[in-house]
Amino acid sequence: MQNTSAQFKSNVARALQEPNLKVALDRTTGLLRSRRAQVIADFPEYDASREAAKRIKDHTLANLDYYLELFEKNAVAAGAKVHWASTAAEATTAVVEICRKHQAKSATRVKSMLGEEIGIGEALAEAGIERVETDLAEHIIQLAKDPPSHIVMPAMHKTHEEVGALFEQYHGHPVDRDDIPGLVESARQALRPKYFAAEVSISGANFLIADTGSIVTVTNEGNAELTTALPKVHIVTVGIEKLVPSMEHCTILLRLLARSAVGTEITQYTSFFNGPKRDGDRDGPEEMHIVLVDHHRSEMLGNDLKEMLRCIRCGACMNHCPVYGVVGGHAYGAVYPGPMGAVLTPAMTSLANAGDLPNACTLNGRCQEVCPVKIPLTEMLRRLRQKQYSQQLTGKVTRQGLGLWGLFARRPGLYRLASSLGVRALGLLGRRRGALRSLPGAASWTRHRDLPAPQGKTFMTLYREQQWRGER
Amino acid sequence: MSESDPTGTSNGSEIPSASPRVGFFVTCLVDAMRPSIGFACLKLLEAAGCRVEVPATQTCCGQPGYNSGADDLARKIARQVIDAFLPYDYLVAPSGSCAGMIKHYPELFAQDLDYLEKSQALAAKTYEILGFLHDVMQFRPQGERYQGSVAYHDSCSGLRELNIQTQPRALLAEVEGLRLVPLEGSESCCGFGGTFCAKYPDISNAIVSDKARAIEASGADTLLAGDLGCLMNMAGKLSRHGSKVMVYHTVEVLAGMADRAPLCAPEGSGD
Repeated sequence: MQNTSAQFKSNVARALQEPNLKVALDRTTGLLRSRRAQVIADFPEYDASREAAKRIKDHTLANLDYYLELFEKNAVAAGAKVHWASTAAEATTAVVEICRKHQAKSATRVKSMLGEEIGIGEALAEAGIERVETDLAEHIIQLAKDPPSHIVMPAMHKTHEEVGALFEQYHGHPVDRDDIPGLVESARQALRPKYFAAEVSISGANFLIADTGSIVTVTNEGNAELTTALPKVHIVTVGIEKLVPSMEHCTILLRLLARSAVGTEITQYTSFFNGPKRDGDRDGPEEMHIVLVDHHRSEMLGNDLKEMLRCIRCGACMNHCPVYGVVGGHAYGAVYPGPMGAVLTPAMTSLANAGDLPNACTLNGRCQEVCPVKIPLTEMLRRLRQKQYSQQLTGKVTRQGLGLWGLFARRPGLYRLASSLGVRALGLLGRRRGALRSLPGAASWTRHRDLPAPQGKTFMTLYREQQWRGER
Repeated sequence: MSESDPTGTSNGSEIPSASPRVGFFVTCLVDAMRPSIGFACLKLLEAAGCRVEVPATQTCCGQPGYNSGADDLARKIARQVIDAFLPYDYLVAPSGSCAGMIKHYPELFAQDLDYLEKSQALAAKTYEILGFLHDVMQFRPQGERYQGSVAYHDSCSGLRELNIQTQPRALLAEVEGLRLVPLEGSESCCGFGGTFCAKYPDISNAIVSDKARAIEASGADTLLAGDLGCLMNMAGKLSRHGSKVMVYHTVEVLAGMADRAPLCAPEGSGD
């Protein structure tokens, strides 16, 4: 997708004017939040699991070289071919080459954010290979030609009414736009023949299990199983941070993933793929290729963004983010939106390109509170601001404002004088109504809300007056 | 213990006496915009048996610098706060946000052992007012009255950095006539975010608009919270909508000082 993080402010302006967006966001995030709260209230091991998950990820990341080699050995032993890609281009080239070798005209795809990250869609289009998105939400945004707006619910920005209109246009028959099961059925009928026509399937993976060489996918639609079982070739593109040592470790993370992502104890389908079809198997691909993608991950492993590699892509941070909740995912202008995206995007593009992302956050801390692997998102965003400030990337107005503030805040006498004068003036302006409806220099505040008038004198002035009168 | 400590150099490791010496950190917003919050705190702290002083060299906690990544600037202000408040048994502030900031000070002094230790000592004895009154002083208001239904908003820093959640509700439950009503999404951010609301005014507005709707929908006639920044944001939005909901800091009600005009209302229009 085209990165537009640099145009964050105009993206936001557009998003805030889109009336359906807020309806769509409120419906879905509201449901996800309440479901998650309920399922976690019913999960007494939640805190212990979170701590265990954090430790599992930290341990695996600290020994990533060992576990990657172990995974490769076991995946190869199970019959898969393992490819290593350090860049997005290397990864997509590997995918396209495999498709070409098998003269693929179409590829069915199971939703994967890593696929979006490396630009699989664009690479297949360039190679002239039809891409069929089989995930319902991905099917919707493929028809709408939209990028995903959420990492778990890529079509979160669309209402079911909008989806109905889209299906009528592309599925070629009238639908009842309020009949959600009917809409699902319409997509099912449109997609079904395409599963059988594809020569290649492409999926991501939620986890890589080192000691078995398996990949794990988690869906609620069963499309991963059908997609990968039919074509002769199954290609997996996956980030190297998805490794876990063993099945046991994987189950701890799975329990957290389903609960944090969609508020259920387990997803409808959790599948473990261990190599291609073996002798005697009735179904399955003849070849399985696993493309292990670095794309900035080993860089992050060596710097202060390391903790971000714990992320299991559940989306809870964005579901609970007040900013995401009003602007939606597209405003972030990148593959990964919301709090985790605000940390990842600068790492994967550049801080100069994504300058607004670490700043467009109230630092309310809700994201890290709900993060199942305890990523200190707020602290990481602040660290990015620190980097911006020291690299002179912070805006001029902000720098000057901070300089001025520092000048007064470091000189208590001057500060008292300035604050008492300012407060007196402001008090006179607003005393009669109790609030100011507009104030030059504070338009960003008063454009949207009143400014409470100060009570008149500063606390310090009043306190000193009381001391003089002997009351204190 | 501070009585036996005339030099005022206690480091917080000793157990304070029944009437501890509290350094009151006013916060820049309360100082400028709503001193009645500060006086409500003094009244409550004294009622709880504290001896309160207000160090004159205080200005701001340094948060605007810290949250903008300007650590050098924040460090200079942090030193000033540490020097002014370290001699007291406790630092108490009417804001979870500022108290939370002071608890972050040690992160600023990783390369300065002297101030690292001082900042750790100060962080350990820094409290938000309601948490301090309830948990440390075991204070409960006596004979206070407030006639009204109250929605309580959990300000983010207090809630998530300092665990201020049950204490204000428990203290408010002691006030006669006061009825707490549930506020949908009371734990979600109001959209203030300090410099955030100036840098991203339209996002901030969209968030506080949702909050104002939830407050109106609660049916409460009064909104209380523990951070003036959030209160100004929510009161400003409610006022712009023409809402009749009265907005106060929690301490104003607890100290029986809600006879002052609420935020955004002219003096003389109070409860």
